[in-house]
Amino acid sequence: MLRINNLVKTFDGERRRRHSHAATPEEARVFAVNDVSFNVENGQLFTLLGPSGCGKTTTLRSIAGLERPDSGTIEVGGRVLFSTNEGKKPVNVPANERGLGMVFQSYAIWPHMSVFDNVAFPLQVKKRGDRVSRKEISERVMRVLETMELANFADRQATKLSGGQQQRLALARALVIEPPLLLLDEPLSNLDAKLRESLRYELKRVQRELGITSVYVTHDQVEALALSNSIAVMRNGNVVQLGRPREIYENPNCRFVAEFIGTSNFLSGNVVSKDGDRYTVNTVDGQLVLDSAATLPIGTDVIVSVRPEAVEVSTRSRAGEVPNEWKGTVLTRAYLGDSLDHVVGLGKHELRTRGNPSTSIEPGTTVYLRMDPAKLVLVPVD
Amino acid sequence: MITASPTVPARERAMPGWLRRVATPKTLIIVVVAGLIGYLALVPLYYLIWGTFFDANGFTMGGFARAYGDPRVGGMIGNSLWFAIGAAVLSLAVGTALAYLNVRTDVPFKGLFFAASIIPLIIPGILYTISWIFLASPDIGLLNKLIEPVLGPGFFDVFTVWGMVWVEGLHLSPIVFLLMVAAFRSMDPSLEESALMSGASRWQVFRRITVPLTRPAIVAAVLIMVVRSLESFEVPALLGLQNGIYVFTSRIYFVLRSYPPDLAAAGALAVGLLVLAVIGVAISNLVGRSSKNYQTVTGKGFRPRPMELGKWRPVMGGAIVVYFFLTVVGPLLVLLYTSLLKFYQAPSTEAFASMSLDNYSELFHISDATTALKNSLLLGVGSATLVMALMAVGAWMVVRSRIPGRQLVDYFSFTPLVVPGLVLGLALSFVYLRSPVPIYGTIFILLIAYCTRYMPYGMRYAVTSMHQISSELEESAQVSGASWWQTFRRVLLPLLSPGLLAGWIYILVVSFRELSSSILLYSPGNEVLSILIFEQYENGQFTVLAALGVVMVLTLAVLVVIAYKLGAKVGLRQD
Repeated sequence: MLRINNLVKTFDGERRRRHSHAATPEEARVFAVNDVSFNVENGQLFTLLGPSGCGKTTTLRSIAGLERPDSGTIEVGGRVLFSTNEGKKPVNVPANERGLGMVFQSYAIWPHMSVFDNVAFPLQVKKRGDRVSRKEISERVMRVLETMELANFADRQATKLSGGQQQRLALARALVIEPPLLLLDEPLSNLDAKLRESLRYELKRVQRELGITSVYVTHDQVEALALSNSIAVMRNGNVVQLGRPREIYENPNCRFVAEFIGTSNFLSGNVVSKDGDRYTVNTVDGQLVLDSAATLPIGTDVIVSVRPEAVEVSTRSRAGEVPNEWKGTVLTRAYLGDSLDHVVGLGKHELRTRGNPSTSIEPGTTVYLRMDPAKLVLVPVD
Repeated sequence: MITASPTVPARERAMPGWLRRVATPKTLIIVVVAGLIGYLALVPLYYLIWGTFFDANGFTMGGFARAYGDPRVGGMIGNSLWFAIGAAVLSLAVGTALAYLNVRTDVPFKGLFFAASIIPLIIPGILYTISWIFLASPDIGLLNKLIEPVLGPGFFDVFTVWGMVWVEGLHLSPIVFLLMVAAFRSMDPSLEESALMSGASRWQVFRRITVPLTRPAIVAAVLIMVVRSLESFEVPALLGLQNGIYVFTSRIYFVLRSYPPDLAAAGALAVGLLVLAVIGVAISNLVGRSSKNYQTVTGKGFRPRPMELGKWRPVMGGAIVVYFFLTVVGPLLVLLYTSLLKFYQAPSTEAFASMSLDNYSELFHISDATTALKNSLLLGVGSATLVMALMAVGAWMVVRSRIPGRQLVDYFSFTPLVVPGLVLGLALSFVYLRSPVPIYGTIFILLIAYCTRYMPYGMRYAVTSMHQISSELEESAQVSGASWWQTFRRVLLPLLSPGLLAGWIYILVVSFRELSSSILLYSPGNEVLSILIFEQYENGQFTVLAALGVVMVLTLAVLVVIAYKLGAKVGLRQD
């Protein structure tokens, strides 16, 4: 449905040039997007996830046509929107002829128009040939307002809506032309936590019901995990990992992804033996066995990523029965309502664990930590 | 605790308790400052009304009858509106187009915008008008000489209402430009981008999104420009009087310069002008207030991609260069050219051969010139210092204190903004002609006039910087045991000083070019630079005048650069 190949976008690094030793403007150019490629299948919700400045918004704006990439190709449903392929005529369809839907972070609701007019605008400005009748406009606008549960507000001034309603209005406006692709630029970041959660499910419902292919930009990993069919984690203009939410969370391919998505303990160590997929790793605090599909020779330096919820804390030892049992002392604990964290001191390091609030252990107590080999992740050293 | 203490000095014990609480340095300073602000704002207006409606025999409408009974008054009002609305529309069209190009497109020569935007500050209206006389007068205009072979003599005539509209409109256009740049910048760019994503063409986006959303700013700009053109004195006096084209300001000046001067009739005209100005300002305030509901949630403010002009880029670039030549280079060049000549003439090989710096050296020998420079400097420094000192306290009252009536201080300090300079001059002469203290005919009356006129600017600077200082800084000083005056002097003043200094320089700059109040208040020996230029123009000493003008522009340019460095809001800021 959406195909992006070798997208590159640089910004003129004039300011950086003055502070560095780059001699020419070319050397000082900043790569906002550096050779990004991905495909989005029909009806999927694809998320670009990353910290600010990673290039996710620039990628989205390039698809929208609001930013002109330096090179690469962008194709939606077989139609080339942008291309700089050597030998062929360069293509750059202007934003207003791409026919895509977009929801902006600020919603960009036009304050001088009513709710109805905001949604009708995309239909009213259609080219003479495909213009629709006034009656049809009204029908289509009301239909989409109905879907968004905004039909009762049609005549209201757009600025009189609440934050959540404005968000739905922005979505209605983006969907009214029934675009092949919907672009969402951090649409939930302006809302408070409670509303954000309910609108997240609302968004997912609408997307699924309409089966509309969507590209979603966010820096919020929870949002990305909850909404997406697949996620591309971006950093410094590159896609570092691309996969389904579960893959990204359970099998981060580098320390950055493991750190960015959820919380993790990192233990550095060295591969001492290997039997099929089962690795034995020596760390400063003890030995760990774990399963990994990676092919790493004996002696490689690695990092083991341990999710806090993958650690079981207990005051009784089951040494011998299960692998990976370490001994430590509880340093502090924190009650978080739906879970309880213990910070456990090992020889040199501390390990954060997360478990059911019913298990609460007094600081100072000696405890045994057990880690399931299947839940430990081997991350190559960057 | 207070009364029982045996250590209370005898003097204080003699005072009743309430008096002791009230008679602190704080109260004293506040009362004096509030009193001065009220005095400066209200007394001239009171005397203007009084002098217009009352004579030796009591209430009279005689002034009005004489002023508005004149058969030419219809033409005068017509000319005033034609001139004011014409100049406002011209400046709006030019200024808005330039602002849009600068903020939203990839137009070339963006560097020129800054130079053009500070022009009204560094070229005083009187010099600007005279430059245009040099350029487009039917007899001596250089442009006319240039096109004479093609279109015949006297093709351009600056001494018409259209000429007045042209000069005033161009001189005001940078102000509109700055207002509209602010409006375009404060608009969330995604409002336009979302229209683009909806499939609208650039033109549809401009017409259906950009213009409606900036309409409040456009309306406000038009009204402000109409008021400013109505108040303008230089352009109508130098361009209009020649052909008997009168507007309010030039009519007032004419009535006062005839013999015997009819003060009541001039007052009646001034009241009429004042009413028009107040109406304009009131409407623009109403528009400004109703525009608040256009504020929306704003996002992270992604700098919008500047619109690519494509094949129009060179055309727009050319238009900008032409505008730059018309507003900046042309007027400055003609002044410089004239200042080097022995007598005013069209450019020729002889003219260039005869060029010398004689006019500049002559400036040193005209005693008037050195006196005028000294007076301008003294008045500029004096009024800037007084105004900023008063306004530092005034701003504290308005922003921080809970003193009842502090809103009045705010209103009074902004009142002079709606009083045209010429009207203020007339009103002050009403006051001090009757005053037993010999102020009329001295330089002090000019000082009072400047302080009054620039009080609003001073207040704006002081209030802005006061808002930037957290009240906790002040409160922590109080908790540490500092008195009000100690807090003010040791904490607030040092923190305010950058803003106060910027305001100080700004007032110095604008007072340097003041003409419309001074023209009614100066007396021989008290001339300031702008008055001297006006006198020399009337005496036909074009070359010396031009040299004086060049010196003045250079001085102002230096001051403006200093002000800019200090963070004063002059000209265009690139962000």
